[in-house]
Amino acid sequence: MDISKNDLLQLYYYLKLTRRIEDRVTALYRQGRILGGAWTSNGMEAISVGYAYALEKEDVIAPYFRDMGAFLVRGITPQRVMAQYLGKKTGITGGKEGNVHAGDIHLGIFGFPSHLADNYPVAVGAALSFKIRGERRVAAACTGEGGTSRGDFHEALNMASVWKVPVVFFCNNNQYAYSTPFRIQMAVKDVAERAKAYAIPSEIVDGNDVIAVYSAAKSAYDRARRGEGPTFIECKTMRMHGHSEHDAAKYVPRELLEEWKKKDPIMNMEKYLLASKKAMEEELKGIDGRVTKEIDEAEAFAEKSPLPEGREALEGVYATPV
Amino acid sequence: MAEVTYLEAIKQALDEELTRDKNVFILGEDVGYYGGAFRVTEGFYEKYGQWRVIDTPLSESGFTGAAIGAALMGMRPVVEMQFADFISCAFDQIVSVAAKNNYRWGGKTPMVIRAPFGGFVHGGAFHSACPETWFFNVPGLKMVAPSDPYDAKGLLKAAIRDDDPVIYFEHKFLYRRIKGEVPEGDYVVPLGKAKVVREGKDISVITYSAMVHTALEAAQTLEGEGISLEIVDLRTLLPLDKEGIYASVKKTNRVIILYETPRTGGVGAEVAALISEEMFEHLDGPILRVSAPDTPVPYSPPFEEFYLPKAEDVIQAARKLAAY
Repeated sequence: MDISKNDLLQLYYYLKLTRRIEDRVTALYRQGRILGGAWTSNGMEAISVGYAYALEKEDVIAPYFRDMGAFLVRGITPQRVMAQYLGKKTGITGGKEGNVHAGDIHLGIFGFPSHLADNYPVAVGAALSFKIRGERRVAAACTGEGGTSRGDFHEALNMASVWKVPVVFFCNNNQYAYSTPFRIQMAVKDVAERAKAYAIPSEIVDGNDVIAVYSAAKSAYDRARRGEGPTFIECKTMRMHGHSEHDAAKYVPRELLEEWKKKDPIMNMEKYLLASKKAMEEELKGIDGRVTKEIDEAEAFAEKSPLPEGREALEGVYATPV
Repeated sequence: MAEVTYLEAIKQALDEELTRDKNVFILGEDVGYYGGAFRVTEGFYEKYGQWRVIDTPLSESGFTGAAIGAALMGMRPVVEMQFADFISCAFDQIVSVAAKNNYRWGGKTPMVIRAPFGGFVHGGAFHSACPETWFFNVPGLKMVAPSDPYDAKGLLKAAIRDDDPVIYFEHKFLYRRIKGEVPEGDYVVPLGKAKVVREGKDISVITYSAMVHTALEAAQTLEGEGISLEIVDLRTLLPLDKEGIYASVKKTNRVIILYETPRTGGVGAEVAALISEEMFEHLDGPILRVSAPDTPVPYSPPFEEFYLPKAEDVIQAARKLAAY
């Protein structure tokens, strides 16, 4: 797939922005300035950046909690992200929710429910509405391999296939559901095998290669827009941190992490861009500087943003109060 | 005004809303070609086509989730649970996703879940239940339960036009047994308003759905004994019409709460708590509950007869309360 230089640099920018914003979140979490939890997509950024970047503006996503890259690509600003983590009024959800439990209907992002794969049928429903209305839009849904053992995953794939709606399912297979390794989650070798049961074409891609994810996503979206129905894309990767930053993940063999360190998606993208002469060292440094500046500004913005008043917790239970 | 059955009133509301607004569509098991297990959507498939009356696989959680996604995209889906009992399979999508979307992230989710519920039909544990209490503690949901054709039609239209998720409990026993007048043309019954279906002066019976008719039956007998029942039909269970409840309590000073669910933690518990907090000085006696016992719904006729609240139970409670 031919990808323009501008797109390649944008992909690189979003990979970097995602990595660095989550690094900053982790630092703040360790300082006790972020309460609750801090789940990151460290080492897995290529998946959500890739699948989101391949979408059009009018499309929608139903992300999960390792999809910070998709939030940023869709237009959630670093300011709103940092304010969200600090529980501020200027955060994505105004303090109603924390961290990655967020959504923004104006940017086509469905809020993430912690019950993994809950958003799969929701994405099918959005795609169903596109089909009913004859629109050329698509819905993208993502979950971890852990979520693929829940009933909602299977019900969603089945409905999507029977109705032939324009939805593309992504699975971030990072080999661990919290502490549970893949081999005791399911007996199939690849998650993609599960799609076969629903007559959904599937593809397995290197989840650490943003170009591979982007290309596979783009083809699947094109297929969906042509009215040919859903596709399932398994992105193989490795969770490089604990489930959340509180978790030292001692249950993960160190050798496995060492091996995957060599496949870091950002390092690989840098190598590719330089080796193929798609970008010069200075350009990448420039992007790096821009990212640092944006995150510093975002943190400052979040710090000085007001917290909500306690009683505002009563607002918004209903869209139309009775 | 034409006299129609409770079922026909529901059907009319759906038909008129499908015609009025192209964003309205129906999905559920056997709702399309077959016309629904209770024939509520009969003829719609031919009239509106397969993409507005959608037959689904047996996937209550899945198609409820799909309705949520469509609602987020500006559609107004109406989900049919074949029996309200099966709503348990969709519990997570309803309470974790639909009910919390607007609060958590501003995701407006206008959808209706029609849930045919209730006993008297010899359906046993999985075709007779009244699951409203499971959802009573879930902020973000609205719940209605009409008792007559007029409200059945007007509340369903209001629910479809509302911007929040609404569970619409329709009583299976009333489908073809209750007839009533329904006006020609469009009307809605606003959500959140109770209705006094029988004026009385001695005791308020606060109830909803099929139990309204049980209360009416009891009222007739008690009238002969000089005890006058006022019957308040809640119509909307969530949120409760507190003012409507309090107005009747102030008038009669005695309260019976009548409901078809198991006794513990039912709608009656909340109504009783509200009254004791806000209306204590207006009470002349204890707040009594008449309900089903704390068992699953049993099958055999003597069992079901014993299980379901009856007019006689209301009469006995009223006699007890009248002594205060």
